[in-house]
Amino acid sequence: MIDAGTVTADPVNETVTPVDVAIVGAGPAGLAAAVTCARAGLRVCLIDRGTSLGGQYWRQPAASPDFLQSLVAREAPVSGPGRGPVHPRDLRHLHHDLATFDALRERVGEALHAGLVDLRLRTQVWTAVVTDAAVVTDAPGGTDAPGPAADGAAVVDLHVLGPAGVAGVVRARRLVIATGAHDIGLPFPGWDLPGVMTIGGIQALLKSSDVVPGRRVALGGTGPFLLPVATGLAARGVEVVGVFEANAPTGWWPHLSTVVRNPDRLREGLAYAATLARRRVPFRPRTMIVEAHGHDRVEAVSVCRLDRAGRPGLESVVRHDVDAVGIGWGFSPILDLAVTLRCATRLGDNGFAVVAVDSEQRSSVPMVLVAGEPTGVGGAALALAEGELAGHVVVADLTDPVGTTARSRRTGQRLRTVRRDVVRLRSFATAMHAAHPIPPGWAAAVRRETTVCRCEEVDAATVLEAVAAGADTARQVKQLTRAGMGWCQGRTCEPACALLAAGAAQQTTREKAPLAGPVGASALAGDTERLVAQPVSLGALADLLPRSSSQPSHDQ
Amino acid sequence: MAADASPFEVLCNILLSIAPMARGRGVITRSEKGERMGRVVVIGAGIVGAACTWYAAHAGWEVVLVDRGRPGAGTTSRGEGNLLVSDKGDGPELDLMRLSRRLWLELGDHLGRDRLELDEKGGLVVATSDAGLAGLRTFAAGQRAAGVDAIDVATAGDLRRLEPLLSDRLPGGVLYPEDLQVQPVLAADALVAGARQRGASTRFGVEVEGAVTSGGRLTGVRLVGGEVLGADAVVNAAGTWGGEVGVRLGAPIPVLPRRGFILVTEPVGPLVRHKVYTAEYVDNVASNDAALQTSTVVESTRGGTILIGASRERVGYDAGMSPKVVARLAAGAVEIFPFLRRVDLLRVYRGFRPYCPDHLPVIGPDPRVPGVIHACGHEGAGIGLAAATGYLVARYLDGGPMPDEVPVSAFVPDRFAEVSV
Amino acid sequence: MTRPDHVGPGLGFTFDGRRIHHRPGQTVGAALVEHDILAWRTTRHDGRPRGLFCGIGVCFDCLVTVDGIPNQRACVVLADEVEEITTQSGSGHDRLALRDPADD
Ligand SMILES: Cc1cc2nc3c(=O)[nH]c(=O)nc-3n(C[C@H](O)[C@H](O)[C@H](O)COP(=O)(O)OP(=O)(O)OC[C@H]3O[C@@H](n4cnc5c(N)ncnc54)[C@H](O)[C@@H]3O)c2cc1C
Ligand code: FES
Repeated sequence: MIDAGTVTADPVNETVTPVDVAIVGAGPAGLAAAVTCARAGLRVCLIDRGTSLGGQYWRQPAASPDFLQSLVAREAPVSGPGRGPVHPRDLRHLHHDLATFDALRERVGEALHAGLVDLRLRTQVWTAVVTDAAVVTDAPGGTDAPGPAADGAAVVDLHVLGPAGVAGVVRARRLVIATGAHDIGLPFPGWDLPGVMTIGGIQALLKSSDVVPGRRVALGGTGPFLLPVATGLAARGVEVVGVFEANAPTGWWPHLSTVVRNPDRLREGLAYAATLARRRVPFRPRTMIVEAHGHDRVEAVSVCRLDRAGRPGLESVVRHDVDAVGIGWGFSPILDLAVTLRCATRLGDNGFAVVAVDSEQRSSVPMVLVAGEPTGVGGAALALAEGELAGHVVVADLTDPVGTTARSRRTGQRLRTVRRDVVRLRSFATAMHAAHPIPPGWAAAVRRETTVCRCEEVDAATVLEAVAAGADTARQVKQLTRAGMGWCQGRTCEPACALLAAGAAQQTTREKAPLAGPVGASALAGDTERLVAQPVSLGALADLLPRSSSQPSHDQ
Repeated sequence: MAADASPFEVLCNILLSIAPMARGRGVITRSEKGERMGRVVVIGAGIVGAACTWYAAHAGWEVVLVDRGRPGAGTTSRGEGNLLVSDKGDGPELDLMRLSRRLWLELGDHLGRDRLELDEKGGLVVATSDAGLAGLRTFAAGQRAAGVDAIDVATAGDLRRLEPLLSDRLPGGVLYPEDLQVQPVLAADALVAGARQRGASTRFGVEVEGAVTSGGRLTGVRLVGGEVLGADAVVNAAGTWGGEVGVRLGAPIPVLPRRGFILVTEPVGPLVRHKVYTAEYVDNVASNDAALQTSTVVESTRGGTILIGASRERVGYDAGMSPKVVARLAAGAVEIFPFLRRVDLLRVYRGFRPYCPDHLPVIGPDPRVPGVIHACGHEGAGIGLAAATGYLVARYLDGGPMPDEVPVSAFVPDRFAEVSV
Repeated sequence: MTRPDHVGPGLGFTFDGRRIHHRPGQTVGAALVEHDILAWRTTRHDGRPRGLFCGIGVCFDCLVTVDGIPNQRACVVLADEVEEITTQSGSGHDRLALRDPADD
């Protein structure tokens, strides 16, 4: 039997790899952090569930067998035309700022060859624990930099499952969480028909597999992300019957000064708008897809206008025949690891939980930094800046906590620049959320029988009944209705449930006492607490135990 | 009495009319005309607080149920919802549980079994070794003598007729048809809703900071922020935080956390028919060892998921994840149900069972602060024991009579005199 | 390090017996969609058809049985690495419920 004191500290039957910094997520934020740390000579473990570097933003086709070489050579091996391998080269037009990606990828390749980066793709971190393990890594780069004792010798253990289900522990002195986000899809009648996808899903099909979801596509929701998806589809010859944006571009007026301070973002938006115009893709502000029609697959959508108060005028809908639909109401950050590690959360710009970080990307847990969407959805440019900032902070922490070396003076300059970028881009993100809110009337078209929780097939009537009975958080709704208890564990329906619950709560706030501060905050994190970041088979878990102790213990 | 009163309400009203006869121990005295006059604040909207509210409201008290969070959001939402007689040997807890079982079935009939997801599924305790089987049989014999329905399952084949997917390597077990299951949060919700219909009110998002007393007697509670809720009696149903609330009320009791993890799988349907657990569970429940203990507990839920427990550790309120505990629970589960190897774990719940040094709950008036009634410290059986606890609390409020079949003195706070004063 | 075992030409897997050709690097979900197959699972309660939704491994709508193992995410699994895809109904574990202990 096992000593109580070592229960959490002692890993099970897994090899422990000590590193200076572990970075989860190889999108813009994670890549920037990894490159920054590797450049300073830190030992980096870069982990991603996907098959290649790039994350959602620079999503790449699945890595070929020659992936590692291609990483350095930049180009995947060339193959024959036609139905040959999906080739990154053919998909470059789908991407923005690929030069930055190419540069980052090259740096990672170099670090890989120098043995500074342990790159683990197709690897999922299924859980993470802060431990006080006494055995920690040596100081980086063979210098006599202060050891981990400086911060209480605590480390973060990431429990990973690699490609062939191989289990391991990555034990890191610092963790950078850069896990990104996924689309928010809100329910409407027919949204569960095959052929209705999130716009992020459509983009992933295009970028990773060079496949389009249909021949006539309607896109709806809100936010700038609708534009690149529309142009990507149009470039492939898909007829985009309309981009149905719930808000109007005039929503940006109050934030003009912020926009002007971010000329790159403005240029990007204008370029997409120009492409849409050139390809004659109708862009329809203040409209919304209110229903998807069809039997076993989507055949048409109904679209209607939204009034100034953000309510759809359901009496005058226009029908478009389509064979695929994309929806996106912004993004929901992936917080599983941060919440499992008990990082404090706060309400983000769009009213959903994000990890609270300070001006150095540090979370409330000392060893854990967070960069990119989990700190508040803000797009790739912000993620890059936050990733680099987090990287510099980790480097300073581990090599030069007092900030006296020449290198630290050099990086000091860079650090100030990056920090300014973060502030500037963050204000742009705030403006973006203000200009693209989920309209108050988003649920007006939802019917009693509309599915809200796709996994457990819980309909709107059931959810609203729970809300009427007093459920005022997604968690309460879940426990009363099972919405959010299925395969995806609420990752899909939680925003809708939270909005439905909050909507009712707002109407009754006057009768209700507000939640006390600390309880409010922990309820926030508790709503998403799963302790398991990725599903993992019980067999794989059982195999983590050394053979001898895989019997249930007879402790007496 | 309303003309359309259900049999259950009739029962409650009978109890209510008996109450004034057995006055004396009551917290306050009801007016001779029998009109409602007492106000009770119940602290904690977990399953126990919900049951206290329900029974007190049905006994005619004006109840205010308060919680700093949301109903059922504490430990109540972290357990499996088993109502077990099978894990209890002869003694006061078994007596309390048997009363509670009867009351739960009544509550089920009254509130709707489906609404509570009340399931008379029965428990199946399996042994993983011959020695374990011998021990289990001895334990079951003792229970049978105390009146528990415990049926020997002699062979692996018999086991698999009851549970087709069980491993064929288990020597035998004991079937306990009386074990039940509810969905704890739904049950708490239904009890609170039922109590509201009886005039109870709720205040969520408020934290109790202390007691307001006058002349040594409690007259209300003070909330964080200063608001005072006047009360003739206060029920401490704060579960694992009952020790802290006791301190705040000037009536400390030794309630401590015992951490437990539960694994939730992907939905697979009703593949496991009973609550199935290994014989070590019983030993672990009663153990005083602080170290990690795991035994295997497997069962299906209405929703189609499988819940896997049970671990017990005394690590304070350490809220971290423990991959080792999770791995051990998984290993135990696949040992008795090999099909689980391919089933995915989706989520892990972590909870802190409220335990007292003698593993019995604290139910009864506190002699130090008249007006305070404790109802906490139910450890791993609070869902099961909630109904009886609520019932006893209502009887204490009324001043009796106490049910004969339960030795209520085993649960009173006075037993900690030497510990807490 | 992340080398799939059997990448190479001759590409294709079967979908309920039907041969599906795909390009190396595509996911199973993408290959099916490219063949105008939009659904490959029916839900547990209402038996509704489902296919890709989030497209990035989050929603679990695209579950499918891959080489006999149920509940794999079609949007994540690489087509290069599978041989046989079969539609699935319900929890994907229904087969177990029918098992008779007398069988073994
Ligand atoms: C892993 C695990 C498995 C379990 N399985 C089972 C099982 O199968 N069967 C079974 O019967 N039991 C089981 N239990 C035990 C059961 O969950 C508990 O015994 C039961 O929930 C206790 O209920 P409660 O109402 O006393 O506490 P809780 O549900 O914790 O409620 C206490 C409430 O008090 C509130 N509170 C605390 N302090 C204050 C304050 N100052 N002011 C206002 N409000 C306050 C809290 O917010 C909380 O809502 C299990 C427990 C665990 C951890
Ligand atoms: S489409 Fe969402 S997980 Fe595959």
